[in-house]
Amino acid sequence: MLTYLVKRLLEMIPTLLGITLISFFIIHLAPGKPTDVLAELNPKITPEAREKLEKYYGLDKPIIVQYGMWVKRVVGFDFGESFSTDRRPVMEKIWDTKQPLLERRLFITFMLNLLSMFIILMIAIPLGISSATHQYSLFDKITTLVVFTGFAMPAFWFALLLMLFFGIHLHWLPISGLKSVNYESLPLAGQIWDRVRHLILPIFVSAFTGLAADSRYMRSSMLEVLRQDYITAARAKGLPERTVIYKHALKNALLPIITIMGLSVPGLIGGSVIFENIFGIPGMGQLFYAGVMQRDYPLVMGILTVGAILTLTGNLLADIGYMIADPRIRAR
Amino acid sequence: MSASGGIFWKRFKRNRLALWGGIVVIVLFLIAIFADILSPFEPDAIDRRHILEPPTSLHPLGTDDLGRDVLSRMIFGSRISLSVGFVAVGIASVIGMIFGALAGYYGGWPDRIIMRFIDIMLSIPTFFLILAVIAFIGPSIWNIMIVIGVTSWMGIARLVRAEFLSLKEREFVLAAQAIGAGDLRIIFGHIMVNSMAPVFVSAILGVASAILVESALSFLGIGIQPPIPSWGNILTIGKDNLEIAWWLSIFPGIAILVTGLSYYLVGEGLRDALDPRLRSGSK
Repeated sequence: MLTYLVKRLLEMIPTLLGITLISFFIIHLAPGKPTDVLAELNPKITPEAREKLEKYYGLDKPIIVQYGMWVKRVVGFDFGESFSTDRRPVMEKIWDTKQPLLERRLFITFMLNLLSMFIILMIAIPLGISSATHQYSLFDKITTLVVFTGFAMPAFWFALLLMLFFGIHLHWLPISGLKSVNYESLPLAGQIWDRVRHLILPIFVSAFTGLAADSRYMRSSMLEVLRQDYITAARAKGLPERTVIYKHALKNALLPIITIMGLSVPGLIGGSVIFENIFGIPGMGQLFYAGVMQRDYPLVMGILTVGAILTLTGNLLADIGYMIADPRIRAR
Repeated sequence: MSASGGIFWKRFKRNRLALWGGIVVIVLFLIAIFADILSPFEPDAIDRRHILEPPTSLHPLGTDDLGRDVLSRMIFGSRISLSVGFVAVGIASVIGMIFGALAGYYGGWPDRIIMRFIDIMLSIPTFFLILAVIAFIGPSIWNIMIVIGVTSWMGIARLVRAEFLSLKEREFVLAAQAIGAGDLRIIFGHIMVNSMAPVFVSAILGVASAILVESALSFLGIGIQPPIPSWGNILTIGKDNLEIAWWLSIFPGIAILVTGLSYYLVGEGLRDALDPRLRSGSK
């Protein structure tokens, strides 16, 4: 198992190189030099300063050499300086060590996604099981309709409607940010409650619109398992249906869900752009959008790389989870 | 073929949700085709005297911030949104079929390289990449279709590869090889035609996803640009006028939702009907 893990970790390196190479090329395919954008953003920049920057980013060299230079810098956790007017290092913008953990952009995005993933699982697994054990029943049909409705609607649209209703109309929930203006003056319990209230709408929208994949896979995986011989055997032994489903079938039906969870990470991270924009959440997605609109090349590359690392880590964790859960693989 | 087609249709028909989805899909097609006849107004006819009017008998779905008729824009928007969906999926299918066929038919190093490439593409938060590329090269309708297509072929490639792996050992392929048919002929003339079913299902599901991606891009201001009407950009005007003009958000949102839902239900229905393992028999 240890050799497998080491092999798996080493495999991540070429994959990461591939991801960043593709991203780097695509982003630099865009017309115009990055320094043109920089000059546009900051007209006071002198030709000398511009030349210095072009040297720093190696813009006078072929693109493959530029990529090589980029990799060299990134290995030392240096994503370069942002092109925006504050000129801060990209790394500091994503993960500002001067701020408390809860205020760091990467942490905010990470925690929000982790939370919605957890909620999705808590709902999707029981839904999928019941759908499978009652295939083609009314319950199955309604569930199908509901999860697909969540999947088929534009998340931002649903978010807007909920904000309008629960926020502006009923004044029940805050519609923007992660905490209130008077947050600092609240007692600890009040602070926690304030954060929870701010999370309700974003997490609900994210969970509802993301429910379909997990619950459908759970359903088909359960259907598949229920058709196996050992389930028939368990039933033939006279075990109660509950035991058959929750003890014998569930364990095996859950296996593919682990993989699906790993695969859903890039989608969740990508969706952060939408959620963080609509709910005014100061996370990595919001930063990415701002960076893209300003053509902030170092920032865009930096966040794409961090996103890829998160995805690969998610896949790795899924593989490890799979190994722990599946004795057939564990034995190898 | 007609006999198994009959069984297939019987099985599909039994799934009421999928059947209703299919009807909606067809109706939407007809609306898109006959947009010129169906829409009461020119979709981009500006009428400054009737700005942001709620639904009336003259404008059943109200008017937008330039006094344009929302119903007409939605009808013409269906053309654009469906085109985005189909062209993007068409591009994804072609790329996926070529890569999947090469990997599955030849195996060996082409397979390893292609599979690694697929793993890489699957690990990129695609929406980030789409966003960056569209923002950098500009949000024209063709750019949007191409970028969505180029970032969503991986699932189809995997399906086609799996089909090729199982089909290439079958008698009809071996027979074709024995009589000296060329690789291209075997790949496209013999195996591909027999592995289209899962591609088709996956493509149907992809149409809905592509329409959603376009609406998300519109929300961020880099979707299809007005005056061309798309459901996404009507919705974006709705977002900016949310508190004073609900009709601008509700109707296009529902249109996207109903379209997406119908395509998903049809896709699922087809998959269930095609996949022998998921058939529950006569239970």
